[in-house]
Amino acid sequence: MLTMVAIAVDGLGFAAWLFLSSVGLTLIYGVMRILNIAHGGFYALGAYSAAWAIGLYTQGGGPIAFTYLLIPIAAFVAGVIAGLLVERGILRFMYGRDEVLMVLVTYAIFLILEDVTKLIWGTESYVSYQPALWLGTVDIFGLPYTVYKFLIIGVAIVCGLLLFWGLNHTRVGKLLLVVIQDREISSALGINVTLFFTVTFLIGATLGALGGALTAPEVSVVPGIGSEIIVMAFAVIVIGGMGSIGGAMIGALIVGFARAASVHLYPPAELFVIYLVMAAVLAFKPYGLFALAESRKI
Amino acid sequence: MLALPVLVGLAFILPTWVVNYAQVSLGTGLVALGILVQMRAGLVSFGQGLYFCVGGYSAGLAGRYLGVSDLFLLLLLAMMASGLISLVLGFLLRRYREIFFAMLSLAVSMILFGLLSRTEALGSTDGFNLPAATYLGWKPEDDLARFALYAATCLVSVFCAIALNRFLNGTIGYVNEAIRGNELRVEYLGASARNAVHITYVLAAVVSSIGGVLWAMSLGHVDPEMTNWTTSGQFVFVSILSGTGNIIAPFIGTFILEIVRVYAVEFSPNTWQMVLGTVMLLTIIFLPKGLWSLIARKRTSGKQLRQPALAAAGE
Repeated sequence: MLTMVAIAVDGLGFAAWLFLSSVGLTLIYGVMRILNIAHGGFYALGAYSAAWAIGLYTQGGGPIAFTYLLIPIAAFVAGVIAGLLVERGILRFMYGRDEVLMVLVTYAIFLILEDVTKLIWGTESYVSYQPALWLGTVDIFGLPYTVYKFLIIGVAIVCGLLLFWGLNHTRVGKLLLVVIQDREISSALGINVTLFFTVTFLIGATLGALGGALTAPEVSVVPGIGSEIIVMAFAVIVIGGMGSIGGAMIGALIVGFARAASVHLYPPAELFVIYLVMAAVLAFKPYGLFALAESRKI
Repeated sequence: MLALPVLVGLAFILPTWVVNYAQVSLGTGLVALGILVQMRAGLVSFGQGLYFCVGGYSAGLAGRYLGVSDLFLLLLLAMMASGLISLVLGFLLRRYREIFFAMLSLAVSMILFGLLSRTEALGSTDGFNLPAATYLGWKPEDDLARFALYAATCLVSVFCAIALNRFLNGTIGYVNEAIRGNELRVEYLGASARNAVHITYVLAAVVSSIGGVLWAMSLGHVDPEMTNWTTSGQFVFVSILSGTGNIIAPFIGTFILEIVRVYAVEFSPNTWQMVLGTVMLLTIIFLPKGLWSLIARKRTSGKQLRQPALAAAGE
């Protein structure tokens, strides 16, 4: 019973983290057809800038409550700056190339971003546990959990709902759906496709940075966190069907619970259970759970 | 064929460290060769590290638990292991194309990475050491051993290159090019695209595992990092850098990459990945068909290599 509760709560926690880290990836793929490996770089940038900002702020001795504002601000700044540089500086010259070639382009960008974070923040680890500590813990059936974990779950749900609402119930969102359906026709209709691409990429990058920034208080931020998250995020969006936000949510839940279950029931499997699930899902649904083979929707 | 005596002869002329890099490059070049073979069919494997690792580990395991140190026997064992694994996995992977093939091959290789990282008996993330190589009962010492391993590496690599060249110029090789062009047409013409992909996949796996054995023997060590996605990514990088034009290209590409990496690490230890990434971007922008296109452009004007389909926006 206790194990079941632990699996349920941990699973939700993992799922929220995975969803936040991967939804930007699926958004960018859905709109631009770019499988963006550099997303791991955005994640790392977000984590570093948040940990760095929190560390700097708490040394100054201000009230800890403000650190919760610092996290999204750091993520926004990191995501927008890096996203703009990458999209306007490099990617826009590559549009129209082969999908697989774009993977390599973003892989190259990922390698560059890895070293950029090392150049800015050095190779030592950053710890910024204050926001997570300050909220304290709650007991669920005798198991202590940080309240911060539930905060992340809440943020994930809000982000998911906002994206869903933004896409389906606002004018801009509906226009975006048109762009996804057929970009040539939409640009002929007078929709500024280039602008849509840039904005989508910025939102995706910021979401990736937010995933990293929210994680920063729970872990120590070290070089290499970007490459860890990126393959997991791939697994999540591939399971859900690439380009589908609902799919990313389901994928995150599946992977989250699978990982929590393996942590509590059979720890040695923790590292590869994700890929096992992914291979199993793809064996039956070759394009993921929610992907339409031809006209992909988001 | 001419390459073999030249390569072996180089060992006498060039300084030891260059020979060492050449040897390592031949090992990893074989993996890149495996990727190249699949790329001809339009498939990019982001998990070729899997077979690189299978090769290294089967050599290591055979040395550790069976006491085998004969290079040719180890190669045979690795080929059998990778052949078997790829045959089974091929039934799954042959159904996928493009990005899904890349992702699924990556997933499979990451499963092995996770398994090996958690297996304490095999040294977890640290890996373990391999015995020195023997050759049909002959056990050379010191300098001679180094030279013998280098010569054997050259021999095997050249043999693989020739065999694969034959393959690419054979029926399935051409079917593969047709698959990249238009798969539906291949099926209408009566050839099975899936079978061709399956055979290519197994072949690429076997070649990559040979590369794994040679690489592991020259370093004397294996670890799970061999099948991590960043390793696989670098193999793909080499194939892009060198281009799919010729069978020799991956070897040259690997050697250049190895040199670039060594100098980048030496001059700026913290930014070598940045250098690598920049080189990669520049290659993609300015040499879409790889370094080999520089040579190919000079040599042939009539024998044009087919342009990889640059998919139009939105397909």
